[in-house]
Amino acid sequence: MRKMLAAVSRVLAGAAQKPASRVLIASRNFANDATFDIKKCDLHRLEEGPPVTTVLTREDGLKYYRMMQTVRRMELKADQLYKQKIIRGFCHLCDGQEACCVGLEAGINPTDHLITAYRAHGFTFTRGLPVRAILAELTGRRGGCAKGKGGSMHMYAKNFYGGNGIVGAQVPLGAGIALACKYNGKDEVCLTLYGDGAANQGQIFEAYNMAALWKLPCIFICENNRYGMGTSVERAAASTDYYKRGDFIPGLRVDGMDILCVREATKFAAAYCRSGKGPILMELQTYRYHGHSMSDPGVSYRTREEIQEVRSKSDPIMLLKDRMVNSNLASVEELKEIDVEVRKEIEDAAQFATADPEPPLEELGYHIYSSDPPFEVRGANQWIKFKSVS
Amino acid sequence: MDEELERDEKVFLLSEEVAQYAGAYKVSRGLWKKYGDKRIIDTPMSEMGFAGIAVGAAMAGLQPICEFMTFNFSMQAIDQVINSAAKTYCMSAGLQPVPIVFRGPNGASAGVAAHHSQCFAAWYWHCPGLKVVSPCNSEDAKGLIKSVICDDNPVVMLENELVYGVAFELPTEAQSKDFLIPFGKAKIERQGTHITVVAHSRPVGHCLLSKEGIECEVINLCTIRPMDIEAIEASVMKTNHLVTVEGGWPQFGVGAEICARIMEGRAFNFLDAPAVLCHWC
Repeated sequence: MRKMLAAVSRVLAGAAQKPASRVLIASRNFANDATFDIKKCDLHRLEEGPPVTTVLTREDGLKYYRMMQTVRRMELKADQLYKQKIIRGFCHLCDGQEACCVGLEAGINPTDHLITAYRAHGFTFTRGLPVRAILAELTGRRGGCAKGKGGSMHMYAKNFYGGNGIVGAQVPLGAGIALACKYNGKDEVCLTLYGDGAANQGQIFEAYNMAALWKLPCIFICENNRYGMGTSVERAAASTDYYKRGDFIPGLRVDGMDILCVREATKFAAAYCRSGKGPILMELQTYRYHGHSMSDPGVSYRTREEIQEVRSKSDPIMLLKDRMVNSNLASVEELKEIDVEVRKEIEDAAQFATADPEPPLEELGYHIYSSDPPFEVRGANQWIKFKSVS
Repeated sequence: MDEELERDEKVFLLSEEVAQYAGAYKVSRGLWKKYGDKRIIDTPMSEMGFAGIAVGAAMAGLQPICEFMTFNFSMQAIDQVINSAAKTYCMSAGLQPVPIVFRGPNGASAGVAAHHSQCFAAWYWHCPGLKVVSPCNSEDAKGLIKSVICDDNPVVMLENELVYGVAFELPTEAQSKDFLIPFGKAKIERQGTHITVVAHSRPVGHCLLSKEGIECEVINLCTIRPMDIEAIEASVMKTNHLVTVEGGWPQFGVGAEICARIMEGRAFNFLDAPAVLCHWC
């Protein structure tokens, strides 16, 4: 203790600008990395699975923590803005599922591809778009990533294909993106996500068949949060072993609340696909705290006790935080500081999303066709015309 | 299609029976032997699945030609055509183009019954974001297919099975590899002064069989969406009479839309009698 105080005073003398907390952190020795046990994945048609231990570096840990906290706070802010009627329309939140979007991104390269359904805000962020562009899209403003025209379910970024409104339709799209990866010979993979509800859509099985036949580098990922809207998995599926539903496609069942488990499984699956063996299926067992969407309180088909139990025992952010603090990868104070920074970032983004103007009415007819010269579009009657620019 | 496959590596064809069977109607004969499995892909019987795969491939930068064995089967995949293909460029505010062609035979054939005879012109041309073309002869087919493949937008090309087997004279100009028919331009197949007859696809051929003493000005729409209403208006202002002919059902069809537009436009006052709609039933 005395040694530490002496060190602190030395540093304080030489670095009067820095806040005291940061000085205290700088003076402490953190571990560079730590090894953790992770849950073994259930396997289908696979001799071996992902490793059961993994190394987490301090740098990665802090990055994942910040990203998950950003997604969490962004979703909670969206909840608040929706209740204030600043966001309207559909709004499907993914708080509770942060380990999925952050963990998947940690297991792939930015040059890989990802497509998902409507619970897409977390993926939009992890695929590289800033929070302000996401929130402004939710509020329907011109600073939104789709200039206010797409909304919650239709956000796009480089190598991120949305955001899709029709349940299950994104799965053949993802297989098609994987076909393009193979066609171009670029060693890229496509992560194609769908939920436990969508897993019963027929077109998914059509996509499984073609992906396996043509050995497409497609990782099919079922984000199983136990409820498709208000229908629990037991009431919707004759087989709830979603990782086996690909039948001839090998599968893994992964603890989707543990970001390290998700990361390792993703790395394993990506390596499998890149080796040319064809598609693979991952089921991420996860949970959403909010209801299906903002119009669903989420308690008519499940109990508050269940939600509370998951929050207290399996929260992905809490799990990572405990691991990092207990292994001396970070301190509680340092993580609290990240929380403060994230809150500020989200607050600034929300301010922007609220103050930014809506897209002008003249642009209503824009972007009907790509690469075409401007033309006239009929409005609500023959005398109202809009210009359409590509 | 052969010329476009040769010109651009990103173009490929997928559907049932297009490769080893050489096409259900032999439209793709010879292509698989020339280009192989990578560019000419036989799919399982999964319209929704392979149409979605084609749209996904287009989103990722390729230029797929997705054939439907007949457009009747496209109903199984219509969600992918409309929601995944047509609407995406607009919803993404221009970030995500979908350069895809959906083509195949459409409309009535000979004795194939209701499941295999529907005309989908009215269904597809209703949707913004799609372009819809409908060739009636070899010149149209050749000129349009190339425009359609080169275009960055989702295009629906409605062919006709009965016309596949008919030989047409191909003018020298149309035989060139660079011959293109642009979108949105109707063709006057025959000049006339008594009456304007507007049609698309195979019915254009029927319109050209004219009764003696009546000079019909026959307009072949070529592109249904965007429609060349100006050409129809100019003709009606000359002939003062209008008949529309189509292969679809009576209600809410191509002819109904043409009449509505004529009524709203400058040609209305030139009509000496109400327009007449002819159609399949």
